[in-house]
Amino acid sequence: MAQAYTDKFGRPIVVVTGIGIVTSLGQGKADNWRRLTAGESGIHTITRFPLEGMRTTIAGTVDFLFDGRVPAPDLSQRLATLAAEEAIAEAGIGTKGNFPGPLFAAVPPVELEWPEKRALAEVVPHKPLVYHDLLDAAETGKFSAWHERFLFGSVADRLADHFGTQGQPISLSTACASGGTAIQLGVEAIRRGECDVALSLGTDGSVHPEALIRFSLLSALTTANDKPGEAARPFAKNRDGFVMAEGAAALVLESLEHATARGAKILGVLEGCGEMSDNFHRTRSSPDGKPIIGCMMNALKDAGITPGDVDYINAHGTSTPENDRMEYVGMKAVFGEEALAGIPISSNKSMIGHTLTAAGAIEAAVSLLTIANGRIPPTINYNIPDPAIPLDVVPNVARDARVNRVISNSFGFGGQNVCLVLTGEPA
Amino acid sequence: MPEQSPSTKRDVWITGIGLVSSLGEGPQAHWQALAAGTAPVTDAERFAPYVVHPLVKVNYDSQIPKKGDQRQMEPWQRIGTYAAGLALDSAGIAKNADILGETDMIVAAGGGERDFQVDAAILNDMLVSNDTGRLLNERLLSDLRPTLSLAQLSNLLAGNISIVHGVTGSSRTFMGEESAGVDATRIAFSRIAARQSEIALVGGAYNAEREDMLLLYALNDFCMKNGFRPIFGTDGAPGIPSGSMGAFLVLESPEHATARGAKPLAKLSGVWSERAQRNVDGSVAEKVTALLAKAGTTPGTAVFSGATGGRGATEAEAEALRASALPVRSIANRIGHGFEAQFAAGLALAALAVSEGTLFPALPGDTLENGNGAVSRVIVTAVGHWRGEGAGLVERVD
Repeated sequence: MAQAYTDKFGRPIVVVTGIGIVTSLGQGKADNWRRLTAGESGIHTITRFPLEGMRTTIAGTVDFLFDGRVPAPDLSQRLATLAAEEAIAEAGIGTKGNFPGPLFAAVPPVELEWPEKRALAEVVPHKPLVYHDLLDAAETGKFSAWHERFLFGSVADRLADHFGTQGQPISLSTACASGGTAIQLGVEAIRRGECDVALSLGTDGSVHPEALIRFSLLSALTTANDKPGEAARPFAKNRDGFVMAEGAAALVLESLEHATARGAKILGVLEGCGEMSDNFHRTRSSPDGKPIIGCMMNALKDAGITPGDVDYINAHGTSTPENDRMEYVGMKAVFGEEALAGIPISSNKSMIGHTLTAAGAIEAAVSLLTIANGRIPPTINYNIPDPAIPLDVVPNVARDARVNRVISNSFGFGGQNVCLVLTGEPA
Repeated sequence: MPEQSPSTKRDVWITGIGLVSSLGEGPQAHWQALAAGTAPVTDAERFAPYVVHPLVKVNYDSQIPKKGDQRQMEPWQRIGTYAAGLALDSAGIAKNADILGETDMIVAAGGGERDFQVDAAILNDMLVSNDTGRLLNERLLSDLRPTLSLAQLSNLLAGNISIVHGVTGSSRTFMGEESAGVDATRIAFSRIAARQSEIALVGGAYNAEREDMLLLYALNDFCMKNGFRPIFGTDGAPGIPSGSMGAFLVLESPEHATARGAKPLAKLSGVWSERAQRNVDGSVAEKVTALLAKAGTTPGTAVFSGATGGRGATEAEAEALRASALPVRSIANRIGHGFEAQFAAGLALAALAVSEGTLFPALPGDTLENGNGAVSRVIVTAVGHWRGEGAGLVERVD
């Protein structure tokens, strides 16, 4: 019988028993799924802070959780909490405040933000101030809570407290591939036999002025501010940059044996993970696509499958001219031009924008919903095909299709690439 | 290759060490300074009243030949990329594209750093502006260097190591202060032991000579001020003497190392990561005691403590270490505290000590540092200044 719980390489099969999602489209997977398959956009004009002087004034912010401005780690933490609560409730595992496995949390880097720095500056008695004066302001002790809040491990630590995950949580960042890495770490830990269950999540609530400006300065963002819902245009000829966005997703990962033993409903299988990093440039992919190709090939190899076994690709598809072209180059090399033409590929980012640290987790969650519902969310805003990258992007309207196996791509600034292979039923 | 069944664990060797700190550059320079009982190199003036251990002067060109690459990095990334290069050199795999293409990397990283002039200038203008929103947007757009965000991103230390040294097997970045260093090492170690990986580069870097990080820790009064004092002194915890450092290790399976003719510098025999409920009295000391027990305290064992000097955790760890009666040395008493980088630095010093087979002299004035003589096993502790308790065991290979 033990055979049934291991994959073809003799490793424990890792399944998903709980899924939670929050994006600008709403809270919970039901709402998100309904709106994603209706082709709705969550992108809108930013209301959180003044926009005067900004080149980009739109984003997929999550505005329904707090009334006023909160520091980014507060929002990231809240988003992750909601996603993890939904996932854990669905998995029906553990007890309140006691989750029986470790936490792998993809969280955005944090630092003191401008409102906090300004509050420090206000207690400096002389003007003009120099940076060192802020340290004297800190020494007043009036701002001591900010120390913990702006530590890099802060969000994951509080999540670990709230959910009672086991051991020290891991906070990680592989930029835009972070969510995929969090899942991969969970899969590996279960395969090593270190744990039966893991909570993997990605969260990002960091749309604040400086974050937006930093991406603007890298010329990475679209400036199509007039029609926010039409600004993210992955794979279209008129794509001109990504849209920053917020959200979170959480997966409860579990060994098949453990899930079966407790009679849990199995929502999907994490069949394989692949990664390969790029050493070409800090923001650009190697022109030959080798790391993107290698990353997908490694994932297929890890799952023990061939390109012909893939029914659908949940693309990284950021809507930048460079990413979408390189993703095409990579997919063409892996699948071959003819086969690729027959595989549906869509980008959730056309609707929810680029949720950065959370994207890999959100897109893995949506991939599982795609398998479960037999329906592929569209790539919206695809009105002008790019003849240089001919793809079936499931343009503008969702499509019913039998989907048993998905690969989900995530490629990060800094050259960190992750590809996940997800299926419905255990083989 | 997909990994095999996890049932058969194997040894993990340390085959490369890259270390740069206030004490010097490279294992030999460090060992000479340690063995000579050199006083810690500190600077209490430059950022007065805060005490830092400044980085030794480094010729970055030797590991990061392109000036363009150096310009794309803030100092913490430059220190880390440099130390990573030293580790690859030490392991004999630098420029070996085949091996680097399969080398898994896990970096423990913080982030930043700020442009202090720009921040101060914007704050001064904000305080007298009646349209601070517009002011902030316009000033940031015009004053931030376009590449600044890349130099700040946590995962870009790993990105730079890939670009400069060609490490491309995989790339992961863990954040979260001291425990990021422990868990980065633990995951790299566990993957090799479980045959999920053959060779890994793991470590981190910290630049102590920056006011934004001093600010973060000063917010809750964690910094060492007004002159250096030993970590386990007579007046309770002295505060954190932050230290600039870069520390990387090459970890490798014996099969992989042997096949390429590499010898182990030492064996990494275990890495453990725990999380005490710090609001419960005695919980930290209890965790440290349990970690020591897990690592084993047979004769020839010493402890290299990663105690930060921060209040609370330092006294709690001291209690557990004193009770163990093991010979103890504090890492921060030598090179300061490097947060994410501290654990890898401690493991590097431990590997040196077991390969030399002897302890270096205790620091005068430290009440806990004691014991001398032969050592074949070193337990490196990493009790975070606010959270996370970890340890690693380094053993001599004969």
